[in-house]
Amino acid sequence: MIGQTPRWEHFEHRADIGVAGYGRTAAEALEQAALALTAILCDPATVAASERVEIQCEAPDLELLLVDWLNALIYEMATRHLLFSRFRVQLDGGRLQGEAWGEPVDRARHQPAVEVKGATYTGLEAGQRPDGTWFARCVVDV
Amino acid sequence: MDIQSFTKLSDTQWRIEPRGAMRVPAVIFASEPLLRELDDKVVEQAMNVASLPGIVEAAYVMPDGHWGYGFPIGGVAAFDAEAGGVVSGGGVGFDISCGVRTLHTGLDRAAILQVQESLAEALYYRIPVGVGSTGGVHLDRRGMDAMLKGGARWAVEQGYGKQEDLARIEEHGCMAGADPSKVSDHAKKRQQDEMGTLGSGNHYLEVQEVVEVYAPEIAAAFDIALGDIKVSIHCGSRGLGHQIGTEYLKRMVIAAPQHGIRLPDRELACAPIDSALGRDYLGAMRAGINCALANRQIITHLARKVFAELFGAELSLLYDVSHNTCKVEEHVVAGHRRRLHVHRKGATRAFGPGHPELPEDLRPAGQPVLIGGTMGTASYILSGTAEGMGLAFASACHGAGRAMSRHAATRRWQGRAVQNELAERGILIRSPSPRGIAEEAPGAYKDVSEVVEAADRAGLARRIARLEPLVCIKG
Repeated sequence: MIGQTPRWEHFEHRADIGVAGYGRTAAEALEQAALALTAILCDPATVAASERVEIQCEAPDLELLLVDWLNALIYEMATRHLLFSRFRVQLDGGRLQGEAWGEPVDRARHQPAVEVKGATYTGLEAGQRPDGTWFARCVVDV
Repeated sequence: MDIQSFTKLSDTQWRIEPRGAMRVPAVIFASEPLLRELDDKVVEQAMNVASLPGIVEAAYVMPDGHWGYGFPIGGVAAFDAEAGGVVSGGGVGFDISCGVRTLHTGLDRAAILQVQESLAEALYYRIPVGVGSTGGVHLDRRGMDAMLKGGARWAVEQGYGKQEDLARIEEHGCMAGADPSKVSDHAKKRQQDEMGTLGSGNHYLEVQEVVEVYAPEIAAAFDIALGDIKVSIHCGSRGLGHQIGTEYLKRMVIAAPQHGIRLPDRELACAPIDSALGRDYLGAMRAGINCALANRQIITHLARKVFAELFGAELSLLYDVSHNTCKVEEHVVAGHRRRLHVHRKGATRAFGPGHPELPEDLRPAGQPVLIGGTMGTASYILSGTAEGMGLAFASACHGAGRAMSRHAATRRWQGRAVQNELAERGILIRSPSPRGIAEEAPGAYKDVSEVVEAADRAGLARRIARLEPLVCIKG
């Protein structure tokens, strides 16, 4: 059953691409959405979790928090030239305390396909389904 | 798309009458086949834009329109500050001032074919491209602010290019009103290693051959002849622009209720032009425009070095256009001259003959409108027309427009196969990413020729020449 297994997926957008994360908690859904973000660039399984980065964000609701979280990761990837493969999120009201583990981009090994410019408010939804699963999704601009 | 919902104004112009919250109509420029293929979402987005405060005349969609975020890509909308008009971060997009510039080489096909492989290798080696690539220009705080103020003019002062380049760039290479203090430290940090980089996705540098000329007189004024080799560069404001877009979008979403703006879609995030946030965004966005102009100027410098070394050739600039902007322009609306904030998101400015903004030597012909194609098809050069000045605030299309998602493209094509197939057709692709090539496969785009033909028939801009790639450096 979906509610038991954290997972991520991409969804279709004509010009760009959508990321979606599912989990048993809102935090888990955000972690999975971050994995989906990495998977736009490369196969997350090829990325070692050797460097750790801390991330904090704040937003009035879970949807805006998802966009903030993904944008914070995009910023860290761009300025530190890192790719991430493992994430931990803790939520406290409108505050997100996050950690991301990854390694520097190795163009030969990771073969990154495309840069991500930013997470958008398009197709943005986050919340809990009737079966208890938490989800978080939005389109990202590439 | 069900064409019954449109009022047909001509073979290439279709209107949705105002309904619901729409303040003005939405007008789509497209041939009937292009209109039938159009995503319903594009129409929905154009209708949402038509509901924003202070919008003038109509929300327009160019023939390459496709589903964006908030505004459709290929969207044009003008707002009047005096009528409570807004400026929208979503109406400009993340890649502020993304655009195309085209350079003359003075070379012909035979010259290129002799060294085609080494030319591809040299350009690929010299020009930083793809995810994680870094540029050779690193700016300290003061240098960054000077670049954000000065744009391509700053770059020329630093030795990247020639003074005469500036006349051939929109805004003469320097966007006025840029305010680097409204650009966050985060945005500046994101740019520190990215000056003079192409980026990835649909960005490229191409060596192209002019394979067809449609309007010899204007082509001559543009210095374009059959068989000419040109270099075209497509890229934008890199990480700095993306970060400005991200940050101001959030601020505009949160501030919308305070400004009494009800957003039908959060991505339409906007603020009154005449508000502190609106002014801050305009100052930052204009700095983003300068960043893009400086970036294309530095890449031009790198390309010039390669052509000087391999051919002893000197590249001169035909023109540089930006297709993700908001600019203050004067337009005649219902007989009155009005000062408007014209948003073009995935749309190219296309000033007609005689426009005072154009450099004197191009003024009689109209503005060159540079349309990027895909790796395997073609690019086009158009010119602004007198008729187009009154159609959609002097705007035309910007490219082919995607017809297929990136996922669908990777399911259908393999990067290496696409690269080999194009090589057999004489087009050399150099890219760090096979998957990137698959995602950008020519078949994933609409037929650029059909888009350009529709723009020409609609009178938005006139078709002047068709160019096909011989070398493509791709992110």
